[in-house]
Amino acid sequence: MKDFNYHSAKDSKEASKLASSSSAFLAGGMTTIPSMKLGLATYKDLIDIKNIKKLSGIKVSGKSVTIGAATKHVEVSNSKDVKKAIPSLSSLAEGIGDPQVRNRGTIGGSIANNDPSADYPSACIALNATIHTNERKIEAAKFFKGMFETALKKGELIEAIEFQIPEKSSYQKHPNPASRYAIVGVYVAKHKGDVNVAVTGAKSCVYNDKEMSKALTGNFSSSSIDGMDLDSSEMNSDMHASADFRASLVVTQAKKAVDAC
Amino acid sequence: MASLVGSRVERKEDKRFLTGKGRYTADINLANQTYAIFVRSPHARAYIKKLNIDKALKSSGVVSILTGKEIADDKIGGLIAGWAIRSEDGTEMKCPGNPPLAKDNVNFVGDPVAVVIAESLAEAKEAAEKVEVDYKVLKAVTSTADAMNGDTIHEGIDKNLCFDWLLGDRQKVKEAFDKADKVISIDIINNRLIPNAMEPRACVADYNAASEEITLYTTSQNPHLSRLIMSAFGNVAPEHKLRVVAPDVGGGFGSKINVYNEDIVCSWAAKKINRAIKWVAERSESFLTDIHGRDHVTHAELAVTKDGKFLGFKNETIANLGAYARVFGTVTPTYLFGPCATGVYEIPAAYTNVKAVYTNTAPVDAYRGAGRPEATYTIERLVEKASMELGIDKTELRIKNFPTAFPFKQTLVHTVDSGDYVAGMEKAKQMADYKGFEARRKESEAKGKLRGIGVTSYFEACGIAPSAAVMSLGCGVGLWESAEVRFNPTGQVTVYTGSHSHGQSHQTTFAQIAADELGVPIENIDIVHGDTDKGTFGMGTYGSRSLAVGGIAIVNACKKIVEKGKRVTAKMLEANPEDVEFKDGEFIVSKSNKKKTIGEVAFACYLPGVRDEMKSPLPEGDEPGLKETSFYDPSNFSFPAGTHIAEVEIDPETGHVKLEKYTACDDFGRIINPMVVEGQVHGGLAQGIGQALYENAEYDETGQLMTGSYMDYTMPRADNFPEFNIGYTCTHATTNPLGVKGCGEAGAIAAPPTVMNAVIDALGGQEVTMPATAEKVWKACKNLKKSNAKAA
Repeated sequence: MKDFNYHSAKDSKEASKLASSSSAFLAGGMTTIPSMKLGLATYKDLIDIKNIKKLSGIKVSGKSVTIGAATKHVEVSNSKDVKKAIPSLSSLAEGIGDPQVRNRGTIGGSIANNDPSADYPSACIALNATIHTNERKIEAAKFFKGMFETALKKGELIEAIEFQIPEKSSYQKHPNPASRYAIVGVYVAKHKGDVNVAVTGAKSCVYNDKEMSKALTGNFSSSSIDGMDLDSSEMNSDMHASADFRASLVVTQAKKAVDAC
Repeated sequence: MASLVGSRVERKEDKRFLTGKGRYTADINLANQTYAIFVRSPHARAYIKKLNIDKALKSSGVVSILTGKEIADDKIGGLIAGWAIRSEDGTEMKCPGNPPLAKDNVNFVGDPVAVVIAESLAEAKEAAEKVEVDYKVLKAVTSTADAMNGDTIHEGIDKNLCFDWLLGDRQKVKEAFDKADKVISIDIINNRLIPNAMEPRACVADYNAASEEITLYTTSQNPHLSRLIMSAFGNVAPEHKLRVVAPDVGGGFGSKINVYNEDIVCSWAAKKINRAIKWVAERSESFLTDIHGRDHVTHAELAVTKDGKFLGFKNETIANLGAYARVFGTVTPTYLFGPCATGVYEIPAAYTNVKAVYTNTAPVDAYRGAGRPEATYTIERLVEKASMELGIDKTELRIKNFPTAFPFKQTLVHTVDSGDYVAGMEKAKQMADYKGFEARRKESEAKGKLRGIGVTSYFEACGIAPSAAVMSLGCGVGLWESAEVRFNPTGQVTVYTGSHSHGQSHQTTFAQIAADELGVPIENIDIVHGDTDKGTFGMGTYGSRSLAVGGIAIVNACKKIVEKGKRVTAKMLEANPEDVEFKDGEFIVSKSNKKKTIGEVAFACYLPGVRDEMKSPLPEGDEPGLKETSFYDPSNFSFPAGTHIAEVEIDPETGHVKLEKYTACDDFGRIINPMVVEGQVHGGLAQGIGQALYENAEYDETGQLMTGSYMDYTMPRADNFPEFNIGYTCTHATTNPLGVKGCGEAGAIAAPPTVMNAVIDALGGQEVTMPATAEKVWKACKNLKKSNAKAA
């Protein structure tokens, strides 16, 4: 690993001020540190944000659950409030990585990184999340731009993620047997007016599968999507799963999720 | 005194391992040490046009940079194949040179071309990035099946063929096949695996200019053998000026048998720069450069009568050696494979033909089971297919062809001294509730799932001795084992063993054996291994040989101690040596109440005199001291055997295979410590099931390793396994005094065909290659649905 300067910011303002074209924010470091260790990324400055008190914690109101960006996965999975308001979000957090990752990794880090097979982005899409940054509020649908790409500008820092509480929801994933990342993960959420089916792992970026969302909005039963033949042309293909297999898994996991709701 | 052999004695080594006090090679730091980083080829096959170290030499902290040129100039030898194999046509195998640092050509991704030695690890890494290597990239050969049609990798080795070996009689086999009612044939791939020891390889080399001695601390399964190879072939130093220490070693599975490039380079370079050098592999280096295992492509046939008697067996295999032939690289796909390929069956005629090929991939060598998993996979997949095609129950078909008497003269090489395969099968069936399977299959079907059951009956040849036998087959060394048992004057015992423990619990099991033999409390016995400066020359640990060979050497040395003790007691007590009996640590003169404890005898041996009397307790001809050595060379291999049964449930929608039940019923002969054996069985099963369902080393067509990290190489985890159902039958080996057979590899040998037979059973007989990943199984499920629809 190349040498770098370490900064611990006391508030968002300081963190933002320290940011430059050769810096990165550091929360859990679950992606940043291994990338640096492997020489895939180099930064002159790492700006640690996990000591910024305001960025941690969970708040539940009648309609939403708001989670601070530096909140660890283990805190989300253990939170009684989250379990009560959105149990699927709690179990999603419980299924990320391994205990070591869950004890350090943060929700903000996961979303800012926007790994195509990360779990949290699907929750953001399915649960109509709003991403609160130090500058603005961004709707989840406009936040995830592409592979490892988000709407965040340089120096912009996620402060919290606000999830809309659905009537019912479930997240089901088919993990990569080696990394346990999602080969396909499907988050189904039934809101008052409509149903969202958010898919991670299948394409270069998380997305809302309109076809399944529509079918389930019409009839919230796994039979309404059973046998659906999804277009696999844009799906990822690698040694662990071909595009066709992924397309099939999206439907299978969506059905499982609906049945689990 | 109760016997310790057979009891669950807690592991003596756990105190240090569980409290973080183990001392591994990477824990060793020497004064004024430097750090090495190896510059490795990023290409699978290339010619080195130019190598420029000028910039790197100027990098901060650099002490030295050495390349293939210096190592050649100093006449340091290369890495070697330990077994010479002869082709069917009588010609000797063809092995390329394998210099520790490549000079002209690189032949796999990770092949080292230079070593950078610096004051710190960070500086060494930084400088290594500045070494400029200009490669002319050549077309790589990566496919096992097509290697013989690829470009010639090593000059003078046509078709990339190391040897084309035959064991058995083609004519007899032809005659047997001519008489057959039916021929079952199969095309299978034994997938390539990466051993993944928990501790990556490492070495620390030190040079003492005053004594001109090199000391190498290294992650080895066999330090004496490493010293011999480094001295005799590597030309690093004469054996008496080279000390090899393998301290605590965190798993080997065969991958740490070899002397590796880094061992030779660091030892040689430490002398050159007159400073200690430390090198610790990063995990990605382990993936790329540790030896890999398996990698066979096989076509096999079984000739049968319509009522299920086996008549003949054919096995045509292409085995991938990787870029170079290493220590056990050539014997693994031949004498460790061919003789076992006819399995536990009486088959009158058989042959195995192996074409061993070079490819531009990491060298392939012995990995847990070495040859025997490949053999067992071949015959047991065939037998299972025969049971489907003949419509005979898979267990009945096996029993029908089991030998009826022991010793069992196996078709090709081995005479199996002992066993009871029918008893093993019956017990396994009972343990697995084989009868209840159909009901469980129906329950699974009701849930929309597919359920399958698979059986394997195996035997294996382990111990890998006697020396005369292995040397007659081409082994470069004798594979006996040594032990030295030393009493202290005050009665404690140190046992020096030539075996090496890298997870096998020798500190406990060997102490149990010595405690029983000598009647000394186990806490007064220390087991010492892993240092060429301590104890006698030893051959090391691999091939499940520690107990069946190394353990017996300890028994024999202890027996010599007891014999001397009898003589000394007789002299002290004025009795005939023939009248002295030894029991529970006491030498008793029969028909008298006169006795001496072994502690008193040891004391007398070291202090052989009495005040005011001219009197010695030592009989004439006996020297003072109490220390005995044994070099034990067994009369035969040892032959563990057993039957394993697996049950899987498949979700046809996702292709997910869930291993529901796994039953292992093994015959390991006498068991020294059941807890340790369970650990060995569990570990072997994890690796065997890993091969069947998860693990796979994959190269792309340019020779890049696609599974070079845990992100892509699926190491099985605890949650992939059910609770293992383990049981034993026991027939004692007749070829050694303890009646032991060896248990280290059984799980890895039996599990792959057991699990795959279950998967294929669930899939209605459709072939799936290992590992049975979700996608492959999903596709097979779709085919099954189609063919079922057609049938309906």
